[in-house]
Amino acid sequence: MKSSKKHPNFLSKLRSISKKKLSGDSVFKIVIMLVACNVFVVLGLMFYEIIQNSLLSIQMYGAEFLLGTKWQPFPPNPNILPSFGALPLILGTLVTSAIALVLGVPVSLGISLALSEFAPKSFNYIISFFVELLATIPSVIYGLWGIFVLIPFLQNNVYPYLQGALGFLPIFQGTIRGPSILTGGIVLAIMIIPTVSAISRDVFAAVPNSQREAIVALGATRWEKARIVMSYGRSGVIGAIMLGLGRAMGETMAITMVIGNSFNLFGSVFEPGSTLASIIANEFTEASSPPVYVSALMEVGLILFALAIVVNALARLIIWRSTRKIKEAGMV
Amino acid sequence: MKRRCVKLNYKIIAYVEAIVLIAVIVGFAVYGLYFTNQPIRLSGAGATFPAPLIQKWSAEFKDMTGAQINYEGIGSGGGVKQFTDKTVDFGASDPPMKDSEFSAAPGTLHIPITIGGVVPIYNIQGTSKGLNFSGQVLADIFSLNITRWNDARLSTLNPDTALPDAEIVVCHRSDSSGTTKVFTSFLSDESAAWNATYGASNVINWPSQTVGGKGNPGVAAAVQQNQNSIGYVELSYALQSDIPYGKVQNAAGKFVEPTLETLASAASAVSLILPPGNASWASEGSYFNLHNVEEPDDAYPITSFSYVLVYQELNVRPGMTLDKAKILTWFLWWAIHDGQHYAPGLSYVPLPQTVVTHNEATLRMISFNGQQVNNWA
Repeated sequence: MKSSKKHPNFLSKLRSISKKKLSGDSVFKIVIMLVACNVFVVLGLMFYEIIQNSLLSIQMYGAEFLLGTKWQPFPPNPNILPSFGALPLILGTLVTSAIALVLGVPVSLGISLALSEFAPKSFNYIISFFVELLATIPSVIYGLWGIFVLIPFLQNNVYPYLQGALGFLPIFQGTIRGPSILTGGIVLAIMIIPTVSAISRDVFAAVPNSQREAIVALGATRWEKARIVMSYGRSGVIGAIMLGLGRAMGETMAITMVIGNSFNLFGSVFEPGSTLASIIANEFTEASSPPVYVSALMEVGLILFALAIVVNALARLIIWRSTRKIKEAGMV
Repeated sequence: MKRRCVKLNYKIIAYVEAIVLIAVIVGFAVYGLYFTNQPIRLSGAGATFPAPLIQKWSAEFKDMTGAQINYEGIGSGGGVKQFTDKTVDFGASDPPMKDSEFSAAPGTLHIPITIGGVVPIYNIQGTSKGLNFSGQVLADIFSLNITRWNDARLSTLNPDTALPDAEIVVCHRSDSSGTTKVFTSFLSDESAAWNATYGASNVINWPSQTVGGKGNPGVAAAVQQNQNSIGYVELSYALQSDIPYGKVQNAAGKFVEPTLETLASAASAVSLILPPGNASWASEGSYFNLHNVEEPDDAYPITSFSYVLVYQELNVRPGMTLDKAKILTWFLWWAIHDGQHYAPGLSYVPLPQTVVTHNEATLRMISFNGQQVNNWA
């Protein structure tokens, strides 16, 4: 303080003024709170705009929009109303995301367990670096790779054997198509691995060492130790999976390039399909008339929005319930 | 001591930030000044199909005159909208304006600038290019009425080719596309069943089990990766890639291979019945319906123009000046003459002389504040 009095400068003046009236801390607090409140504004405006724009289609089609299976924006006869039914899209989104979770989550958990429990430090560092690198690859690159590398490979070397082994199940029957629901799910699985594994690695790393020491002291094997770590970090892992699911459902570019883009209520995973996001990517750019067409695509966006909210809410619920259980168990 | 160090760091960061901020502001100012000093800038937007050609033209035209012409390939629908809203100096569209669009933008001139064609591509092991298709058979294939390659309707058209007993995989554009519109307009005219079920539009309610690809490359990839498949793409795309493509039967009953010449032949046939440049071109439809003219034997049937749209009286566009109007008219004049030499190199079809002559009359109509702009020709 003394030195600043000796050489008074602008900063120290400002400091002395603001100390009397308004401390820097409180100004900072107000600014930061305003920034945080932007989240509400952005989310609210987005929701309002989407609802506003899809109102026309909601009024015209109602529940038929959710259950219909025909998508014909320009009917051949101008006297017929355009048809918009989003059921195949909803199903496409849910099934591809489910495939992504089934294939992607075990791999991700394996990676994060290896990193936090088994791998030596140096190896750990390299793998983490590459996992994070995977997350930075733009989705259009995944799509291109999917078209030119993955699809020919799967179609020739994997799908025929898969059908041979599991062909008794109806979902693995029918003509094998390269671009298909299954291909879409596989690409999504690869895309969610970095998200899920990076977060669950952090979750596992946060498990207190006392837990590990305790179980090892009881004579546990490494697998048993890993199980304890996983169950301790369960809520965090579920959160990571839900984030991965959110990414899978909203993924647009890559899935559009590999899913086959057929408006199809598929019965087999080898059939082409569409997702909520892919139909918007395909059709929104040139949709100008009729107005209900734009509105219908907006409603597709609204459904996607609603699905994301439901998934998030479910994740919260699961986390909340499992943490409560742990707490209760702790009390007993 | 430690505390001071921390403080100092924040100061340095603050200074660096301030310097970066100032640099960015100065940068923008210089950028703005530099570009406002550029002589003349014009903008256009519309169809993606002619975009490479128009961009080539604008690069050559800039070398020649210094004028900068920016063209954005945003799609025909977007082009018509921006042109109607007068936010661009010229628009471009694959189909001509519909009557409703034309009345919303009075004084629009249609200038055909290049020719496009849609061709069936396929992937059948052991079969090279040149399979014969008729409109009716194409409609049957794409509506899954013909499901196998050895169907009698296909083998009667191709008696010399042994087609496999295999299921046909149908591939189509998944994105909203003028190519789909041209192709399905042709199918609708050729097949009553197609017209009643699917019609002609940018987005079709395709039968399920068909595979959609995004853009010409997406359809080509889907065809190449699925054995025994069929799809449709722009001719220029088919010429530049190695995919086999078929011949299509025209109104004269001949099976015509799509080439730059056969498309030009269709265009010169239709050029005899073109409406005046300032009239509505809606009756031209999405592709040349050559049933009303005597069709040459070598005219490829699924052929269409791509249009530039420009206002007859250029002062309706805000910010238009006489100098800009002159440059715009000069650019279009140059594009339909010397600019056509760049077309074959990019796999576009040069305009036949009859169409160029028709366009010359249209370009002479352009005026600015009532004065004819094009007074050098």
